[in-house]
Amino acid sequence: MEALILTIIATSIPLLLAATGELIAEKSGVLNLGVEGMMLSGAVGALGTVLWLENPYYGIVAGALSGMLMASIFSIFTINFMTNQVATGLGLTIFATGLTGLAGAPLVGKTIPSLPKIEIFLLSDIPIFGSILFKQDFVAYLSIAIIIFISFFLKYSKSGIILRAVGDDHQSAHSVGYPVKKIRWYATCFGGMCAGIGGAYIPLVLTPHWSEGMTAGRGWIALALVVFASWIPWRIIVGALIFGGITIAQLVGQARGWPIPSQLLSMMPYIATIIALTMISGRLSKNNSVVPSSLGRPFFGSQ
Amino acid sequence: MITFVPREKISKNWIFIAPILSIVFTIFFGLLIFTFLGYNPIETLYQIFVSPFSRIDRISDILVKACPLIIIGTGLMLCFKSNVWNIGAEGQFIMGALLAGFIALSFPNIETKFFLLITLITGFIGGALWAFIPAILKTKLNVNEILVSLMLVYVAMLFIDFIVRGPLRDPMSFGFPLSKPYPEGALINKIPFPGIGFLGQLHYGILFVVLLIPVAWIFVNKTLGGFKINVLGSAPQAAKFAGFSQNSITLTVLLLSGGLAGVAGVIEVSANIGQLQPEVSFGYGFTAIIVAFLGRLNPLGILFAGIIIATVKLGADNAQMTMGIPKVVTGLFEGILLFFLLTGETLQKYKIKWSERKYKWKL
Repeated sequence: MEALILTIIATSIPLLLAATGELIAEKSGVLNLGVEGMMLSGAVGALGTVLWLENPYYGIVAGALSGMLMASIFSIFTINFMTNQVATGLGLTIFATGLTGLAGAPLVGKTIPSLPKIEIFLLSDIPIFGSILFKQDFVAYLSIAIIIFISFFLKYSKSGIILRAVGDDHQSAHSVGYPVKKIRWYATCFGGMCAGIGGAYIPLVLTPHWSEGMTAGRGWIALALVVFASWIPWRIIVGALIFGGITIAQLVGQARGWPIPSQLLSMMPYIATIIALTMISGRLSKNNSVVPSSLGRPFFGSQ
Repeated sequence: MITFVPREKISKNWIFIAPILSIVFTIFFGLLIFTFLGYNPIETLYQIFVSPFSRIDRISDILVKACPLIIIGTGLMLCFKSNVWNIGAEGQFIMGALLAGFIALSFPNIETKFFLLITLITGFIGGALWAFIPAILKTKLNVNEILVSLMLVYVAMLFIDFIVRGPLRDPMSFGFPLSKPYPEGALINKIPFPGIGFLGQLHYGILFVVLLIPVAWIFVNKTLGGFKINVLGSAPQAAKFAGFSQNSITLTVLLLSGGLAGVAGVIEVSANIGQLQPEVSFGYGFTAIIVAFLGRLNPLGILFAGIIIATVKLGADNAQMTMGIPKVVTGLFEGILLFFLLTGETLQKYKIKWSERKYKWKL
């Protein structure tokens, strides 16, 4: 049981990180559909770096940087060249799939050491909870720290309020004198960093070797999680755990030989995403205030 | 520093210059990346862009490969024109092929080619039904069609895998996940050329493209439906005032694009494979997104775009065989190409202006 919960947590962390990053980007009005691509880049960046430097912690840094690199490509085109965000995001995912396939080809068949668990002194000795909550790896702690940080950042800090203002009405934010484009650049790059770390987590903890397209749609599920969480940070944790649970449930089902064909079980996370989106969207259309109003709209004003 | 100043009129020149410049830039950046990753750039360039033209049967294979891309791309054009983002054509392709395959395998002895009409229509229905899910969720409950259509791609891939390994598996397939071969009536034949025989894999499915392009052109440019789609995409407010129902347009374009993707699936399987197998698509549905954009959301443009992208796809196959470059590399070119095409769209509407402060880089 304990092992099961640990696996569920590990499965949900990439989703959690990627969704959190995307939430910040979307709060600033940028809809980046390239999450899947940024995660793939993070994964391949981490794998390559760990094979080279043989220290899993450098993998986290490399993942973050790869994700940010992809996010800056996205930013140049959507923010500076004012291209359509949906199409550019798709382009980013397609681009990254090709790039990582190419960069990952020499890595095929090589295995990397996994990210070590860090036990927190005394707390990890608490029965059951201890080993679940306080015997995790660095990225797991980091992701919780990021969620707590951005919850406060968005709600109480001045910068957070400016960020939301930019996402809700970029024209007014611009007239008051806030640098809309610069803020969106930062937000998108933060999103890329989180997605990159989330991607890096996949080879660092879940499957320690490269395979083409190894994120398997997690980036898209992360995008759906942001909607599911109605742009409220802590709800991402709940959503990510549910999806982690569903993913693991179908694996357990396959292992225990449930009388359902494995392909139908594998569909569960994707179908669950559609169901979750449907349930939330019905409610969102009645209460529109949570959706950033400028989401996906390019900002044309000069600075 | 660079700033953009709105143009008074959309620049006609850029409509033609942008795709050409985009291709040039894409090749340039592609080469940079290849060099950086340690592949021989000239050899790669030759394999990807020149080798597909080196033999006549290879040229006809370009047309074969372009066929599904053009059909799907034409459907996606309708969606993208009206700002509906169907990115699940891959799934609609699979479901079209699967439903038609089910019908084809239900009549194992049929020989008349008129049966193809039935499989094509079934394929259309299969694809349209799969697109109906995001369509109905979008119009009734305002669920994001991007995510739903994409999730359904994964579901469709797993579903055909299940069907081919389970219910429709040929007991004589020696353990391979294959269905029984299609009956003669459900197969699309290769085109015989007197004196030459066959040209590569060139098949009668091409005729559908020949028919589709003018029909699509007339629909987009000469009918009320096409007009509504154009207005909704370029001026949603005007469409609202004119009383065009956004929901019915969304529903129509999604069903049409899903249906066309389904037809593409039927043609691909009936002409090139002849039976169902777990993988029938090879990413046509995703590539067609690029084709629709490269073709400037215009049927004639999509015809050319399909041929260009098919060339790159075949070239990448060659590069994989001769140089061991993974063929997903086409994604690299497609992504960069899309970035520059979209930038071209901005340049249609905006002029570049160099302002005084040249040395200060500012975001």
